[in-house]
Formats: sequence, structure tokens, C-alpha cells
Amino acid sequence: MLSTIEKWKQEWFSNVKGDVLAGLVVALALIPEAIAFSIIAGVDPMVGLYASFCIAVIISFVGGRPGMISAATGAMALLMITLVADHGLEYLLAATILTGILQILFGVFKLAALMKFVPRSVMIGFVNALAILIFTSQLQHFVNETWVMYAMVALTLAIIYILPKFTKAVPSTLVAIVVVTAIAIIMNAGVRTVGDMGALPDTLPIFALPNIPLNMETLMIIFPYSLALAMVGILESLLTASIVDDMTDTDSDKNKESRGQGIANVATGFFGGMAGCAMIGQSVINVKSGGTGRLSALVAGTFLMFLILVVGDWVVQIPMAALAGVMIMVSIGTFDWSSLTNIHKVPRTDALVMVTVVGTVVYTHDLAIGVFAGVIMSAIFFAWKLSKIKVEEHFNVRTREMTYEVHGQLFFASVQDFTDQLDFNADVSHVILDLSNTQLWDDSAVGAIDKVKHKYGLRNIEVSITGLNKESYKLMEKIGGLNKASGH
Amino acid sequence: MKRILLAVDGSEHSNRAAEKAIGLARITEDSEIELLYVVDGSRSKTDILHYGDSDAASAKRRRMLAAFEEMITAENISVTSTVLQGKNGVAEPIISHANDGAYDVLVIGSRGLNTMQTMVLGSVSHKVMKYVKAPVMMVK
Repeated sequence: MLSTIEKWKQEWFSNVKGDVLAGLVVALALIPEAIAFSIIAGVDPMVGLYASFCIAVIISFVGGRPGMISAATGAMALLMITLVADHGLEYLLAATILTGILQILFGVFKLAALMKFVPRSVMIGFVNALAILIFTSQLQHFVNETWVMYAMVALTLAIIYILPKFTKAVPSTLVAIVVVTAIAIIMNAGVRTVGDMGALPDTLPIFALPNIPLNMETLMIIFPYSLALAMVGILESLLTASIVDDMTDTDSDKNKESRGQGIANVATGFFGGMAGCAMIGQSVINVKSGGTGRLSALVAGTFLMFLILVVGDWVVQIPMAALAGVMIMVSIGTFDWSSLTNIHKVPRTDALVMVTVVGTVVYTHDLAIGVFAGVIMSAIFFAWKLSKIKVEEHFNVRTREMTYEVHGQLFFASVQDFTDQLDFNADVSHVILDLSNTQLWDDSAVGAIDKVKHKYGLRNIEVSITGLNKESYKLMEKIGGLNKASGH
Repeated sequence: MKRILLAVDGSEHSNRAAEKAIGLARITEDSEIELLYVVDGSRSKTDILHYGDSDAASAKRRRMLAAFEEMITAENISVTSTVLQGKNGVAEPIISHANDGAYDVLVIGSRGLNTMQTMVLGSVSHKVMKYVKAPVMMVK
């Protein structure tokens, strides 16, 4: 019991100063992203801001990875676009709640281990595709714009990238937004602002049930979205958790994190926010700014809401150009540039999987489909590599006995290759299948052995099997191959 | 030059720095080299993406250091390794680690950036030169 309290104190109050400072920095960085991701999803900035507030605050209590920041994210926003466009905000809130329920189940049944089926090349493709989509989602803001807007974007990016060379005391993103907003107001530039994109919150979020019919039809509409959101949310959250693990040299509870993400999303849906997940960029900013405990996420969430309520009148004046600049920086930061410089070093199939994930996502605008395609493709490549089977022949001229030594894995993908390498017309008296260097994996493998026996049997040549390992023997016994073998 | 701190990052420059450190160690009998690798905060994201999880990434870093250890023990010089997490840049951990221990010299490779890169990325070796109290040998 004492250790539980000790752990609780350690997670909350071992780094108060660092956590509070980092939380403040993260809150400032979260505001433009929450607004931009709302605009991507097609909802009022209010929805993303409520989500960021709720998720950050709730995760600080129930998450499994202290020091990680969760809020409204680009990956999730990109999955919601068609749901919002076709059915509206209320369905999005319902989908958010269902997403949370699915994630809680994911955590309860300890499915974090399923992540092992997502190869690293798929994860790299995932972040690269995400970066590209965040970038392309900003292009709409450039359509029919004047050079003033372009100049503002350029200025935003210049400040973001050059200022840190002189001082790291203030976040350069914040300076860029303040400067560009000030210029827009003073020059009366007449550019589009955040205020033109929809309402900002002027109160704390309130609890409400989504205004939707509770029936099968609704479920059929939201379920596919919720499933994709739940998967992508867990995927990005667990990836981020591993990154924070590595940065802080500590461990985390991945199943607790999955449950925590679920609880946060359920609550967020009831409080009028959109589904979110952990954020790689913000978590890195948090740890770099000195945040390692649960307190930093709590501070980030509450300070974000405080700022919006107090300086909301100023936030609506932020030009879309400044926001687009920040998002371009986010997409550059998200992209895994080393995957481009390494592309000739990694196995060609891995590179192909990565490019396929990116291509699929860019084409379908759906990260979940991209991940799915990547996993399937990796599995096929794996089976392909494993299906290479070699049969060595040893012919005893005196006894006219032919021994076939099988090297490799016998399963559905390799059986054709296996039987092709046997000579069924050979002039032999007896065939010995030496299976000591192979393993039988499935029904097809057992079937192939039966087929070999049958084919030689037609010519009255007996086939005997040696070197069968325990697992293969059990499989043959179960499927029935051995019964036939013992029949003669 | 009995206690030599050698900061490496697995690049070509750190190979040359290692050669120089070995050269220094040979001058005095019973010299020892401590290898220091600082994992940059932004490096974590790339390593996790490419190697899977924190354990796999650590193993990969150990392997990188093992190559240097082999190179040094082959010369009959005793060697230890330290891996530090540099949450906010690699310069500060190198400086504090170097100043906390009693080292006779710090050997570090220069990344060989051009003017533009130095302006954008900042120079680790420059900061190290400025703040480490022990003598610093920068290998180009």
C-alpha cells in the first residue's frame, strides 16, 4: 500500500517545477494545433479545444505514461472528415464515445500486444503519411489568396525556425503567432482569421448526451469510424509512449494507457469534444521542456482552457496564414526524414511496404486503411520469404532407395514448390521423406505429404517418413495423415 | 592523459576521434577511456520508429558502442561506456558529465557542418569547447 502511495507521489509531485513550466509551454503549443485540427475535421475550433482540454486533463489521471501529452490530433481529425461532412457534429460526438469504449475494451483485454503485428515499416509509413496529409490539408487555405497571406506564412515559418537560434526562452511558435497576428491587426490586412472558421468556446464544456437517434442505423454509421479511430488512436498513443519511455529512460504501462485513452475519449464525447490520442510532437516538446510527471498534462489542459476563456477575443484574430505556417512546421516535424536517407539501406520489401502505406493513405485519406494494407502486405512478403523450400536428393544406387531431405517451412505457400521438386517418375524402389529439417504448419502441409504418398502409391512405391518433429507429428495425427500412413 | 572522455555518436567523425583518443591513451601507461554517447531527444523518435521500442533502441546503441570498445580494448586500453539521455540537446549532458568527473581530456568529433547548417542546428562542439573545464580535443 505504501508503495502505491509512493508511486502516486512520484508520478505527480516528484518534478513540480519542471512539470508546471513544461505544461505551460505545451498549452501554448496546443492551442493552434487544436484549432487547426478542428478545421481539418470540419467542425468549430471549439470542438478541438474542448477535446484537448478534456483529454489532457483526464489522461493526466488515468494514463499509463506520465509525461506524455494527449489531445485532439491530426491523425484522428483526418479520419472524421467524411463523418462530419455526411452526418454532422452530433454523430462525431457519438463516434467519439464509441471510440473510447472500444479502446477501453482494447486495454481490458490486454491487446497492446497486438501491436507486434504492426511492422516498423508500417509505422514509419504511418507517420510519413500523417505528415503529408497534415501538409496537404493546409493547401486549401492558400487557394485564391493574396501575396499578403503567402508573406505571412513565410514570416511565420521564418520566425519558428530562426528564433530558437538566438533564444530558447520563449517558444518560437508563440512568438510567430503573436507577431503575425499583430501585423495583421495593425495593417488591417483583411486576411481570413480563426474567427472566420467558426465559434470559440466562451464557457467551460458541459456534459450532454449526443443528440442522435439511439438505434441500429446510427451504430452502423458510426461503428466503422469508431473502429478506425480506436485503432489509429491506440497505434499513435503506444508509439508515442515508447518514444517517451526512451526519452526519459523509464517504463510505462501500455494496457493502462489504452484504457486511459478510452476513458478520456468517452468523457470527451460527452463534453462536446472530438476523439483524440497521444501526440508525438507535443510529448517531445513536453519532455524537452522538462516535463516528466502527470502534473504537466494536467497543467497543459487547464492552462489551455484558461487561456481560451481569457484571451479568446485575441485568439479569433489569429490569421489563418499563421495557423497554416504552424501546421507546415508540424508536418515537417512529424515526417521521418531518416526514412528517406535510409531507403536504400533497408530491405527492399520494407521500403515497398512503407511507400505502399504512404500511397494508400494519400489516395484514400484514411490512415487506418493504410495501416491495414501495410500489415497485410508485410504478412504476404513474410510468407513469400518463408515459402522458399529446398529439397535435397540422395539416391542409393544399391538399394534403389531415394531420400528427399526437405529444408524450409512446409505450409500453404510452400507446398506447391515442395511437390514440384520431387520426381514422381523416378525409377526407385522406395522413397524416404526426411522431414528433420522442416516443420509442418497447416492442413496444406499435411495434405501435401498425403499427395506425395498417393502419387508414389499409384506406382506401388512405398513412402516412409523420418525425422518428424513433435509439433508436426501432433498436427499429422490431428488432421489424420498419420492414420493413413499406418494403414499399410 | 590518464582519464580520457571520448564523446561519440556513431558518425565517421567519431571514428576519427576514437583513433586520436587511442593515440593519447598510448602516451601514458594505464590510461583509460570512457566512451560517452548522448541520445538526443529528437533522436528518440527516429530510433523508436526504426527499432521498435526503447529496449531495442538501447540494444542498437550498445552495439554501436561495442564497436568502439572493441577498437579500444584491441589496443590493451581499459574502456567503460556511458549512455545519457539528452532531452534538450546533446551539448549540455556532455558538458555536465565532463565537468562532474575528473577527466584529463575530452575528445570529441566535429560534425563538419557547413555555415548554414551550423547556423540552423547550432554547434555541439562549439558549446562543449566553451563550457567544459578540462582540455578539449576536437577532431575534424
